[in-house]
Amino acid sequence: MKFSLDTGKLKRSVTAIAVCTGILLSNSLQASDVEFEASGNIALEQRYFFDDALHSEQLSHSQTSFSVEPELYWQWNDGSDSLLFTPFYRVDSHDSQRTHGDIRELAYIHASDDWELRLGIRKEFWGVTEFQHLVDVINQTDGVEDFDGEDKLGQQMVNLSLVNDWGIVDVFLLPGFRERTYAGSEGRLRGPLVVDEDNVNYESSAGQQHLDVALRWSHSVGDFDLGASWFHGTNREAYLTPTAQNTLQQASLQQYYSQMDQLGVDVQATLGDWLWKFEGIHRSTSLEDFWASQAGFEYSFVGVFESNIDLGLLMEHSWDSRGEVALGAQGSLMQNDLFVGARLAFNDMQSSELLMGFGSDLDHNAFSFIIEANRRFGDNFIASVDVRLLQSNDENDLLYTLSNDDHAQVSLAWYF
Amino acid sequence: MLTKKILLSAVIMVSALSLTLVSNASFALSAEEQKGSDISVEAKKRDLGWQDSTADMQMLLRNKQGQESIREIKMKSLEVDNDGDKSLTIFNKPRDVKGTAFLSFSHPVDADDQWLFLPALKRVKRISSRNKSGPFMGSEFAFEDLSSFEVEKYSYKYLGVEEVNGLTNFKVEQYPVDENSGYTRRIVWLDTLEYRINKIDFYDRKNSLLKTLTFSDYKQYLAKHWRADKQEMINHQNGKSTELKWSNYDFKTGLTDSDFNRNSLKRAR
Repeated sequence: MKFSLDTGKLKRSVTAIAVCTGILLSNSLQASDVEFEASGNIALEQRYFFDDALHSEQLSHSQTSFSVEPELYWQWNDGSDSLLFTPFYRVDSHDSQRTHGDIRELAYIHASDDWELRLGIRKEFWGVTEFQHLVDVINQTDGVEDFDGEDKLGQQMVNLSLVNDWGIVDVFLLPGFRERTYAGSEGRLRGPLVVDEDNVNYESSAGQQHLDVALRWSHSVGDFDLGASWFHGTNREAYLTPTAQNTLQQASLQQYYSQMDQLGVDVQATLGDWLWKFEGIHRSTSLEDFWASQAGFEYSFVGVFESNIDLGLLMEHSWDSRGEVALGAQGSLMQNDLFVGARLAFNDMQSSELLMGFGSDLDHNAFSFIIEANRRFGDNFIASVDVRLLQSNDENDLLYTLSNDDHAQVSLAWYF
Repeated sequence: MLTKKILLSAVIMVSALSLTLVSNASFALSAEEQKGSDISVEAKKRDLGWQDSTADMQMLLRNKQGQESIREIKMKSLEVDNDGDKSLTIFNKPRDVKGTAFLSFSHPVDADDQWLFLPALKRVKRISSRNKSGPFMGSEFAFEDLSSFEVEKYSYKYLGVEEVNGLTNFKVEQYPVDENSGYTRRIVWLDTLEYRINKIDFYDRKNSLLKTLTFSDYKQYLAKHWRADKQEMINHQNGKSTELKWSNYDFKTGLTDSDFNRNSLKRAR
């Protein structure tokens, strides 16, 4: 069992934020009505891996888990002030690293006419593309949650948002860094070596306490939605290096978090049935400098087959100046990859949806295939089925090490 | 050179002519078309000046077998002079979409600007507004049935006077200008006293009767603006229906442009 927020320093900065928030709250709470709302979800998830595990410590076929994510919300001054608290916990039947908790959000927001102050632990998303999120760097990935990397850990921040005629400017101060979560030795969907959560190094002498800063401008001009961002601080992606195997200890991966500077732009043009999307970044760390982009489109057909069903077709291409990842060297998994997808929205009472995606590396023979289907049952239940198939013939490719991890996942969530 | 000049002046003349046609539309309209347009202009005019409004909406979806499903939505709207209205739609039920919010800047003729906020990912997505004919939240209301009425969205024809629910009504046929509309025409009944819409018949792309919407329990706000507390949409082709109930109507609450941007979309409740 493990709780992600277990370091003393982190606890202190969380406490500091909570105290600040408390002071602000007690000042502005007087003589106004507080509205309270509780909601959330509880979910049961069952995974089934089709093949035997590659490594003996790994679970064999079946993995069950249970998660809970309540959301508590208070607002006062007609919604100008609000407090949001979203804790999260998952219990996993096999992978001790996947049994984990997090504070997704614990934030106070004050909204004025042309500015907003957001204080606490929050989640912030940047970008426009679907298959890879290059520009999005504020939150750390909660890697054990799911294979797609869409789940994020809460990030402590002070965020001032200024609304101007020429766009919204967001200033971020990010005290306290969160380490990425990785599958444990019993877990599937990992490489041959386990990432060691106790063997972590930082470039900055401040370690996890480095104060990161970020700046973002976003604006809508006619059919165009534009964004530009700058991030300076600890790289959310660790460089992983194998440690030497000895008689006492098995070889594992050491995490090294460098400092980085990243400039990013994102553009979406919404032209009739077409959505054109582009994300581009330049990232500079002490170990490397590179450019990367994700670009593509989404086209929708409304009411196909003379029904209410909408069909969306997606295509995106990934490019990275580092080229292919080589063993023991830096590189990218998405250096020249093509993704295509189809999304069916049935627009029925149950909000049934089906998404299919296919990703392929154009430089060598590797592919991934996903199907996601979900539907509402009654008023409060959502059932979903996911199938993921992964294949590669290149042993330097992460997908190669995951070749035995094809799986299906069924989940049932109750929303309240 | 000379032919080019002549061509050019011809083009200018033609465009000048078409401008006159647009600005003085009565020139080309028959008496029925003119009257149909006048009634719609008057209906819009009588409701002008509400500035902004907030309201709660409950949707009751019913299928052929009588199974029901509820949607709960909060709406905030801002009247915009010389353009379409701005609106913020916030979903509360079903619970799995709670916190989802939808921001729309509507335009009389041009495509609307629309953004969707997805709370699980904290992501704001600009979406295509071409899907007008699709169902709203699985209901029998299409997106276009819920968007604000703008005179420029239709051309008109007056069909006469008819009695509906004991009131004398104008009967006006409306033809959508937008080719993405799911309808060939709508027939609208408005009472001759207050210009309130009492009933609408919708005809699909094949011109057969698709749906009927009836309005009831009208209330007047600020001694001017009439709003129906109840709207019932019946789909004649699939046997499904959707009942819409409005409550907590409030006008001139002091909403401004700053309540209708990306930031307000993200924290909408």
